[in-house]
Amino acid sequence: MSFNWRRTSAIFRKELMDYRRNRFVILTMLFFPVIFVTLPTIQILLINASTSNAKLTAHIGLSLLYMLMIPAMVPSVLAAYTVVGEHEQGTLEPILTTPISREEFLVGKALAVLVPTLGIAYVVFGVFLGISAIFAKPGVASAIFSGPHLLVQLLFTPLLAGWSIWAGIAISARSLDVRAAQQLGVLASLPPLGIVALMSFNVIVPTLGLALGLAAGLLFVDVLGWRAVAAIFDRERLITGKQI
Amino acid sequence: MTWGNRELPPTGPVVAAPPFAPPGGTAEMALVVDHLSKHFDDRVAFDDVSFEVGYGEVFGFLGPNGAGKTTTVRTLGTLLSPTSGSATVAGIPLSAENGQAIRKLISIMPESPGLYKRLTVTENLACFAGLYGLTDSKNRIHDALRSVNLTARASDLCGSLSKGLRQRVALARSLLNDPKILFLDEPTSGLDPVATRDVHELISSLRERGVTIFLTTHRLEEAERLCHRVAILNTTIQLVGRPDELRQQLFTRSLQVRLRTGLSDPGQVFSGLSGVEAWAQQTSNSYLLTVSDPDVAAPVVIRALVDSGADVLSIAESYHSLEEVYFELVEEDVEAKRR
Repeated sequence: MSFNWRRTSAIFRKELMDYRRNRFVILTMLFFPVIFVTLPTIQILLINASTSNAKLTAHIGLSLLYMLMIPAMVPSVLAAYTVVGEHEQGTLEPILTTPISREEFLVGKALAVLVPTLGIAYVVFGVFLGISAIFAKPGVASAIFSGPHLLVQLLFTPLLAGWSIWAGIAISARSLDVRAAQQLGVLASLPPLGIVALMSFNVIVPTLGLALGLAAGLLFVDVLGWRAVAAIFDRERLITGKQI
Repeated sequence: MTWGNRELPPTGPVVAAPPFAPPGGTAEMALVVDHLSKHFDDRVAFDDVSFEVGYGEVFGFLGPNGAGKTTTVRTLGTLLSPTSGSATVAGIPLSAENGQAIRKLISIMPESPGLYKRLTVTENLACFAGLYGLTDSKNRIHDALRSVNLTARASDLCGSLSKGLRQRVALARSLLNDPKILFLDEPTSGLDPVATRDVHELISSLRERGVTIFLTTHRLEEAERLCHRVAILNTTIQLVGRPDELRQQLFTRSLQVRLRTGLSDPGQVFSGLSGVEAWAQQTSNSYLLTVSDPDVAAPVVIRALVDSGADVLSIAESYHSLEEVYFELVEEDVEAKRR
């Protein structure tokens, strides 16, 4: 049977309604962004006009890395809850008895994590840029507003979120305990940040070609992640709660 | 003293009655299960299970905990794949490829209601209406809530509802897609008597509407009250039939006689009476007579008792509940497995 967006959208809407009334989710969605906007903002505002170029690059790189931790870490916690959380509250079986396919279920779950994550990440980045433009030293602000930095942020935010989401859902589909799934999910979200960190610190100079190449690579990994998660999503194992 | 002379079938399942034939019925079956088995590694969940369920029938699936009832429902609902055997569910052969097509036509209400507690009743149902791809979801939700008398609680959060009300919401959810077969897995498990009665009334009303229901339960009075036919499962099917047929099949028919005072020589009164095959004394003034046909034997017995000068307080055919049938079968099976 073909992919049915109505079913995917039912999961998506249900998840958003549930998030809205889930204190844990709201705190998770607020906690990381507040931390990751406060620290870099303070750091940027404390940079002197006389700071050397190398030091300035390091400071900005670190600040922007904080920004990218939002799309990496926020979805990992939520995604790790998606399947095992349903299992724990006894709602997984009723869902799996409906005609929804595993692909529709997984895409619905992933979108429900991705959309708020992107919203938060871009809003936080916007706030950071705004504060930097108004309050940072002119030299610092112009360095932050450089093309490569903006490109890295805009391009890698959804791609990092995609990685974290599929890694989190994969862990969630194989876990029997929510907390263990979330801890593993956070760990699994970190590796791609390594490359981004190298770019943020200008260790790898983020040319347009390189950024696009890495982004394409990450996009390929994200798609592969979706297929891999769909393959390991086993109704029978999920229903019986059998360990791997 | 034993209750009747048990005549258990020697081996294998016994089908005491043909599948339910609905009024003006059709030969098509809602469920056809043929030698179906499910094993988890070396553990047998259920084995060599065969039965048929007609459209409009309420079919009870009885058995002790661990008998394989829930696993059977999950297998027929395409959540688990069978180890061997075959089945046709709502006219579609049971297979992984047909899973989605089958799940469109059926509904399963698991033992635990599985509701989203932070969502309202309507929001829960709206989610499932979307999952079934229903176009007129508002009307369907309204109808489902009306069926279970929950319209007034539509805006309540499910987390604020009692267990009985949650079970009703789960039942409403199962009715959303107007299923060809409704699987109810222990629908009254853990409910208090009032909530249980409510759920029974809802199932009765569904039965009257001609909904095909596959009901698993270990509450025998529930099965007896609600089901057209029952199957008794203890890993394998022990018996399938209408409750009254199962009673007749497992127990010989008998008359229970109660007198004001006991007979001085009961053997002289009961022996040789036409239609009386055996007799036994239960208490000082009551007797149990094994008879071939109670309607024929009762007048003969009364005449003999009156002739002997006895004061007859009552004479009635012994009633064996489904519970007795169940215990006969399940205990016999446990004994057999022990041996």
